[in-house]
Amino acid sequence: MRLTVDHVTRYHYNQAARSVVQSHRLSPSIFAGQKVIDWEVTVSGGTRGAAFRDGAGDEVQGWTVAGPVSELAVRVQGTVETVDLTGILRGHKETVAPNCYMRATTPTRADAALEALARRAAAPDQLTLAHALSELVADAIAYRPGVTHAHTTAAEGLALGEGVCQDHAHALIAVARVRGMPGRYVSGYLFADADGLLHEAAHAWAEVHISGLGWVGFDPANRCCPDDRYIRLGSGFDAQDAAPIRGIARGGGREEMDVTVAVQQASQ
Amino acid sequence: MSQFNEMYQGTSVRSPYARLENWVAAMPQELRSLKQAEAEALFRRIGITFAVYGEGGDPDRLIPFDMFPRVFAAAEWARLEKGIKQRARALNAFLVDVYGRGEIIRAGRIPARLVYENEAYEKAVAGFVPPKGVYSHIVGIDIVRTGPDEFFVLEDNCRTPSGVSYMLESREIMMRMFPELFRENRIEPVDGYSEMLRRTLASVAPKKCKGDPVVVILTPGHFNSAYYEHSLLADLMGVELVEGQDLFVDGEYVWMRTTEGPRRVDVIYRRIDDAYLDPLCFRPDSMLGIPGLMDVYRSGGVSICSAPGAGVADDKAVYTYVPEMVRFYLGEEPILNNVPTWQCGKSDDLKHVLANLPELVVKEVHGSGGYGMLVGPKSSRDEVERFRAKIVEDPGNYIAQPTLALSNVPTFVEEGVAPRHVDLRPYCLVGERIELVPGGLTRVALKEGSLVVNSSQGGGVKDTWVLAE
Repeated sequence: MRLTVDHVTRYHYNQAARSVVQSHRLSPSIFAGQKVIDWEVTVSGGTRGAAFRDGAGDEVQGWTVAGPVSELAVRVQGTVETVDLTGILRGHKETVAPNCYMRATTPTRADAALEALARRAAAPDQLTLAHALSELVADAIAYRPGVTHAHTTAAEGLALGEGVCQDHAHALIAVARVRGMPGRYVSGYLFADADGLLHEAAHAWAEVHISGLGWVGFDPANRCCPDDRYIRLGSGFDAQDAAPIRGIARGGGREEMDVTVAVQQASQ
Repeated sequence: MSQFNEMYQGTSVRSPYARLENWVAAMPQELRSLKQAEAEALFRRIGITFAVYGEGGDPDRLIPFDMFPRVFAAAEWARLEKGIKQRARALNAFLVDVYGRGEIIRAGRIPARLVYENEAYEKAVAGFVPPKGVYSHIVGIDIVRTGPDEFFVLEDNCRTPSGVSYMLESREIMMRMFPELFRENRIEPVDGYSEMLRRTLASVAPKKCKGDPVVVILTPGHFNSAYYEHSLLADLMGVELVEGQDLFVDGEYVWMRTTEGPRRVDVIYRRIDDAYLDPLCFRPDSMLGIPGLMDVYRSGGVSICSAPGAGVADDKAVYTYVPEMVRFYLGEEPILNNVPTWQCGKSDDLKHVLANLPELVVKEVHGSGGYGMLVGPKSSRDEVERFRAKIVEDPGNYIAQPTLALSNVPTFVEEGVAPRHVDLRPYCLVGERIELVPGGLTRVALKEGSLVVNSSQGGGVKDTWVLAE
C-alpha cells in the first residue's frame, strides 16, 4: 500500500523562548515492510543538527532553533510504500540486544494485577502466547480517549479498565515481560480506513521478541498485528523513550502544543 | 587472623619504611601535636572538606589526615602498576564489547542478564564506539593488601571516581611540613597527574575536532560535595569549569558561553551521572544537563569522559567476572586477584553465605560508602540476624566476601603510633595511552581494629609514597 503522511506539530510559547532544542525520530524505519518514496521533515526557523542511526536502528535527527521563539512548527510530509509482513520486523538492522528490553521502567512495571493477567494466557509457543496476551490486554482495557494521560502507567491503565493505544502498548510490554519475553514500545502512523474501527493516525503499539522469529508487532488497540496500513518510526522502553519528538525550550514560559496528522492512501 | 604490617616484620623494619623509624622516634609529642594541627589548618584553608567518593555525611566535615605516610617499594609498585593497567584495559575492552557484538556473552563467559538488564547499561549508546574505543578514561581501582605479595581488588570505579584531590593535597601538605623527608627519601612525584589527565582527555577528542581540543570539566555545581576537586582539577589543567547552563547545543556541536562569544567544546570531563546528562535522552526533569548533548555525542561531535554507559563495568555483580574479562580479551592471567565473592542471587552461594554469615562481609550490589553493609566478625549476633532477614528477603541485592585481614600501616593516634588498616585507590588514566602516576589515595580506618576505611565511618587519608629504584 502506498501511504502519504502529513503530520504537523505546532508549539506556542506564551513568552518567547530563548532557544529550542529537539531530538527527532521521525523517519520511517528501514526494514522489509516499508520503503520510503519521499520524506521530509521541516522545522520553522530551525537548524539541522547531529544525525545518526542509533543502536535500535532508529534514524535520529537533532534540531536547534535560535530564539526568540514564540511559534514553532514541525512538519513531516512523505510517502511510504508498505507491505504486509504480519507484524514481523524483517530485515531491520539493530545492535541493541533483545534482553535489554527485559528491564521494567515506571510505566511498564508489572503489578500484581498485570502479573495475574499475564498468567491467564496459556499457549504452546511464544508466538501464540504473544497473540493471546495481546487479546487479553485488549479485553482488559477498553478503548476510550481522555481517561488516561501521558504519565499513566500500565498498572493504572489496567486498574481503570480504559485507555488509549499508549496504555495498551505499556500493558502488553509488561505482561510479555512477566512471561519471559522482551517487549518494547513502537511509535508510528496508522492509515484509518472507512470501517470506523481504526483510530489514532499518530499511533503506538508494542513489539514482542519471539525466539527464532525476532521482533513481532502487536496492536492490542486494534486487535491485530501491524500490516501495510502501519508506518513504523522508532522504538523504546516506553512512550517517553520512544517519543518521535523530544524537545526542550529554554525560557518561554507555558508551552501549548497542537498536533494534526493525516495519513492517506496515495492515489497513484 | 594474622595481619600483615607494612612497616614491621616482627621487630625488623621492612626496607621501604627504613627511614621513617628514626623520623618518628625523633619527633617529640609536642611537635607532633603542633604538626597535626598545622596539617588540619592547611586542609581547612584550602577548603578540602568533602566526603570522599560522594558517600554522604556532613559536607563540611574535615576528613582526618594522618601524617604517617604509606610506602611502596619500586618493585612492589611495578607489579601493582602492571596489574592496574591490565585491569583498566580489560574493563574498557568489556565495555566496547557489550555495547557492540557482545562476544563475551555469546561465548557464555558472563550471563546476558547481568549486563543487558543492568540499570547501568545504557541502551542509548549501544552500537556506538567512543573515540579510541575508550569508555572509562579514569579508572579508580580499590585495592587491599593482605601480605607482602598479596593484593586484592575490592571494587572498580569506572564512572567518575573522586578523591584524587586528596592524593594531590596530601602530598603538597607533607612536602610543606616535612621537607626533610623528601630529601632523605627518593619519592616519586604525583604532581604530574593533572598534565597526564589533560593529555588523556585531549587524546580522545572526536574526529571532527580540528586543532587543539577544547576540554572542560562539567560539575553539578558548588553544592556538590566534590566541587572542590572539580575546581582544583580545572585549575591545575588550565581548563574551564562549567555547569550545564554554561554549555548549549547548536547545530552539530556543543558550545560554551564565554565573554568573547560561543566557543566550541570538544571534550567534556563530566562529574555528573548519566541520568542527568541530557533531558532529551535520559531523565527529562534534569536541570543539570545539556539538552541535545547525547545527539551530538553519538554523531561524533563531542567526547564525554567517562562515556555514558561505562557504569555497567563497575557493578558489584559484574565485578566477579573481571578476571574472566582479562582472560577473554587480553589472553592473559590476571595480575591482581578479585576477592572471592559469593552472589546471594545464586542459590548455592546463598546457602554458603547464610551458613557462614558471622565470618563474612556482605554488601549491597548497588550500595556504596560503607553503608548498608555487614562486617560479620565485627557485628553482634542481633546485627547478624537482622542482616540475615534482609538477605533472605532480596538475595539478588547482596554479595558476600570473606573478611580479609587488611594490612596495617603505623598511624598517629592519641597514645602515640599504632597500626591501623588501610586500602588504596590508584587512578589509572586511559586514552591514547594507559598511564598512572606512582601513588594513589590511601584511606585508613582510624578506629582500632576497624576494617571500614570509608570517611563516613571514621576513615582518614594518608600520603602514599612510591620509592624510586
